[in-house]
Amino acid sequence: MSSNATSRKPEPQTAQDSIVEVRDVHDSIGGRPIFSGLNLQIQRGRITAIMGPSGTGKTTLLRLMTGQIRPDSGQVLFDGIDVSNLSTRDLYALRRRMGMLFQNGALLTDEDVFENVAFPLREHTDLPEALIRNIVLTKLQSVGLRGAARLMPAELSGGMARRVALARAMATDPEVLIYDEPFTGLDPISMGMIVRLVRQMNYALGITSIVVSHDVEELSILADSSYIIAGGKVAASGSFVELKDHDSEIVHQFINGLADGPVAFHYPAPDYYEDLLAG
Amino acid sequence: MRPTRTVEFSTGLFVLLGFAALFFLVTQITNRELATNGKSYGVVALFENIGSLKPGAAVSMAGVTVGRVETISYDQQQYKAVVHMRINSQFDKIPKDSDASIMTSGLLGGQYIGITPGGDEQYLKQGDRIEFVQDAFVLENLINQLASTFLRRDQGSADSGNQGGNQEKAPAQEPKK
Amino acid sequence: MHFLRELWDNVREFVTTVGSVALFFGRVLAQLPRAFLRPSLVVEQVHNTGALSLVIIMTCGLFVGMVLGLTGYDLLQRFGSEEALGTAGALAVVKELGPVVTALLFAGRAGTALASEIGLMRATDQLTAMEMMAVDPMRRVIAPRFAGGIIAMPLLTVIFIAIGIFGVQLVGVQQFKVDAASFWSQMRSSVGLDDIMEGVIKGCVFGVACSLIAVYEGYNATPTAEGVGRATTRTVVISAVLTLILDYILTAIML
Repeated sequence: MSSNATSRKPEPQTAQDSIVEVRDVHDSIGGRPIFSGLNLQIQRGRITAIMGPSGTGKTTLLRLMTGQIRPDSGQVLFDGIDVSNLSTRDLYALRRRMGMLFQNGALLTDEDVFENVAFPLREHTDLPEALIRNIVLTKLQSVGLRGAARLMPAELSGGMARRVALARAMATDPEVLIYDEPFTGLDPISMGMIVRLVRQMNYALGITSIVVSHDVEELSILADSSYIIAGGKVAASGSFVELKDHDSEIVHQFINGLADGPVAFHYPAPDYYEDLLAG
Repeated sequence: MRPTRTVEFSTGLFVLLGFAALFFLVTQITNRELATNGKSYGVVALFENIGSLKPGAAVSMAGVTVGRVETISYDQQQYKAVVHMRINSQFDKIPKDSDASIMTSGLLGGQYIGITPGGDEQYLKQGDRIEFVQDAFVLENLINQLASTFLRRDQGSADSGNQGGNQEKAPAQEPKK
Repeated sequence: MHFLRELWDNVREFVTTVGSVALFFGRVLAQLPRAFLRPSLVVEQVHNTGALSLVIIMTCGLFVGMVLGLTGYDLLQRFGSEEALGTAGALAVVKELGPVVTALLFAGRAGTALASEIGLMRATDQLTAMEMMAVDPMRRVIAPRFAGGIIAMPLLTVIFIAIGIFGVQLVGVQQFKVDAASFWSQMRSSVGLDDIMEGVIKGCVFGVACSLIAVYEGYNATPTAEGVGRATTRTVVISAVLTLILDYILTAIML
């Protein structure tokens, strides 16, 4: 890609150059509508954040993007290819261009760290053992865990497990990296490591990153542009500065972490006074 | 990824054990060959009623197993059961006029052939036929005989003389097992 | 009326589950040949389900045989037919007790191991992660485990039967002094190759059933801790019931 490894951020590219596009997607699960007219463009080479209150369907969105589920209507495009219409084989071929980091790492528990990172290489390539070893160690080095190559996943802390998972997601050099809640449950130090890694990976390797999270603070440092999803649609998008000044109430509540607002504090209940008197 | 040597070894052991068990079952438990160690010679005997004698049943003399029943078939000319036996070659001094009877071990036991030696100086060889036989014990025949004996006695006859069931030409009936 | 409604819902759910299992079976079978192209995976699973179950199978086989020896001797000596112990014991173990008890033990030890292993992979997103890495978990995880199960079961059955007969002999001949020669000769004359084939076939069929249920429950477990626990329980219960039903069907067919 055209990015220079030493510069911090590449020049903004044309708005048309989106590697992932979600067009007017409607989807429901078990009758419950999740999305009604969702539109997103993920720009190539940038870090895009996707945020929203709990339950807005961020996981569902990731599943749509990776072709795990099909939308009721609308299109999901990866590099111009409609993801929802692919045969299994084509879908698998497409998935090799993506890497995904799961919330709890999702490492294979009966293999050690080295084997976990080597897994996609062994499954998809016929590379000789020596070459695999080099690649694995390089990836582990980039996340700072080359010395932990022989540990088992059970022996790793949460942050370490996530870093290993990142190394594994990077093993086949994908074009797009998707992070599902990468900061959840980490101590500040580990969080700092992950933030640094996300940024480094993106710009040093010239890939695209999609980060799904609700850690507003971390994302404000990290993201080039962000989407806030609420009520089944995009509630706001743009850079963080733009979002901070957005006039939508839900965006305001979300960004500033307010306890009450469009997402109400009180769960719907009958009148308080009457409820007490009735008992 | 690759199973360790230990895993492969114990799996191999397991599979071998399985086949050994199968081998054991097939050879030791079923009516495979006679398990005669070495040679045997065949003799035949004709019975009117073999009861529930089966191939593989023992052939014994004085209670010692000397051979096995090999096959049982039916001769339509003579209307008799043809029983081929194999006698262990080390028992080569069985007189030609010996008696072959079908006996039962216990009430529910299987049936076997017991050979009682005769006095002939000539011995059974391959292919010989045992002339003197006693059929399987058929309960109904015994009852018939007893009944007719009592009847005859009642009629004042001093005669008895039943030489066992083989004089009767009663239609062969399978004894109920 | 409410009761009928519930009944109908239950029936419908049952039928749906049966269909779901059948379709799942089809998918596993489709991946089976390719699973055998990675023999190392299958060997590992034969070890998991078979070799690790050996101790329990052999122990129980011995005791089942010994109990059979005791009961059989007691029963037969009332008719004066102690020498039939060999026949009675062998036929019982080869045709019924061997395959059925082995299947139940297999479901308890290997079936639960499979179900909980796979269920845990489901709960920690490992299966989804594989799909995301474009590796089909059916091929990589499920099919080898299924293959391991269907290979291990008949072997375990045969081992159980052999040890069971040894157990009968131990009690009958060594303890009660039944005549060894008639013990074995009567057994040999009554038990044929076809009886042994019956036992092995049952072992194979039960192996398919129990392995299938175990991997199905694991794969479809609710991805929570209790979901995995539930899947494990269901594996044992359904495997046991299905084994006994199949036993009746097979026995009726082969009789």
